[in-house]
Amino acid sequence: MAKEIQILSVSELTKEIQKTLEESFSQVSVIGEISNFKQHISGHWYFNLKDADAVINCTMWKGFNQYVFFTPQDGMKVVLNGKITVYPPRGNYQIDVRSMKPAGVGELQEAFERLKKKLEAEGLFDDARKRPIPTFPYKIGIVTAIDGAAFKDMISVARRRYPLIELVIAPSKVQGSGAAESIVDSIKLLNDYGKVDVIISGRGGGSIEDLWAFNEEIVARAIYKSKVPIISAVGHEVDFTIADYVADLRAPTPSVAMEVTTPSKEEIFGFIDDNLYTSSQVISDMIEQKKYSVVISINSYGFKNLLDVIIGKNQTVDQIISKIFQSVDKLIFTTKNSINLFSSTIKSYDIQNILKRGFVLVEQNSKFVGSASEFIKDKNAKLKFYDGDIEINK
Amino acid sequence: MPRTKKKNNFEKDLKRLEEISILLEDNEIGLDDALALYEEGIKLSKNCVKKLNDAQLKITELKKDLSEISSDT
Repeated sequence: MAKEIQILSVSELTKEIQKTLEESFSQVSVIGEISNFKQHISGHWYFNLKDADAVINCTMWKGFNQYVFFTPQDGMKVVLNGKITVYPPRGNYQIDVRSMKPAGVGELQEAFERLKKKLEAEGLFDDARKRPIPTFPYKIGIVTAIDGAAFKDMISVARRRYPLIELVIAPSKVQGSGAAESIVDSIKLLNDYGKVDVIISGRGGGSIEDLWAFNEEIVARAIYKSKVPIISAVGHEVDFTIADYVADLRAPTPSVAMEVTTPSKEEIFGFIDDNLYTSSQVISDMIEQKKYSVVISINSYGFKNLLDVIIGKNQTVDQIISKIFQSVDKLIFTTKNSINLFSSTIKSYDIQNILKRGFVLVEQNSKFVGSASEFIKDKNAKLKFYDGDIEINK
Repeated sequence: MPRTKKKNNFEKDLKRLEEISILLEDNEIGLDDALALYEEGIKLSKNCVKKLNDAQLKITELKKDLSEISSDT
């Protein structure tokens, strides 16, 4: 009797394979490169892990991938832990991934560079889209861990510089798995809230793994989409993240971010002092000037030598009076003269009338001779008739 | 960008103060007007200094459901 080969149904065979595989590979660690990475709306991850000669399907359920601090990218080399499972309806096997970590720090660096290049090409880092950061904000939105040192630092800077401000914090996970999603939610929350003038998004320094959330694509896109300008402040001075490149401004630390967007109380006091000083200088100068011109007036010739002026005026009056007197004198003199002239004319007319009646005037030595005794016989004489003179020469 | 009255006022007061000192420096106004401006400037300054000195930083926490928890520190 020939040995009968047991005929199995597809399901039975698959079940056998499943049992064999799943028992033999209940715990595997594999190193490989990620490709075809897809995150479904459900939150589950589907991707392939490959090397030069082989490829294997992978799934990572949300319950597990939420503990991965980074989002895998195609090309990233990772070390997975998980088990082999078989999926009978499709007849395939895959790694059911329980944990994932980058194969080395270099992997993250490379992922960083890849994403940077991609987003740069898309224009997310363009200077042209960077908006100005307000210097007199009223409300500042903050995306960070509410119990973190960064928030404490920002509070103390705000309190010292510009306590007129209101800080509106959207508490966020900033490290580890789910941090990127939390940051995205917080940025959206502050945008929906709508009353903040600027958002500071960041955390204190740390390792590249610690800061990784700020290198995630979803965070970059949320920053890009934000209607409110965002200052990215991640870590210490040397740490650069993708978020820093997309943000409207990159600050080296959260404290500096707060400093950049708040005016300083001391500076405002200085500003007030300067302006008041200038104003009071101008005012006191003006008053001094007015004072000076009053003093000038008081000390002026007119005021100081009032007496002199009066004396001077007196002189003038005197001069005028004497002038008047002179004129009067002159007038009197002229009048006198004309009176004289008139009277002599009148006189001469009288004499003429008398002569006409046949009288003669005798003149000797330019004098009229009024009597016979005055006449000198041996001297020339002049006989004055009404119609002419006769000279008698001796 | 949402802007509120309160914010505008502080910034505006400082701007006005600067404006006053420029007006005064220009030296083109009479003493009476200058004194009036100066008085205004003093008032503004006092106001601003008082506001800053009295100010208490306000911190508001946003919850994911948009409710606000306010706390003065």
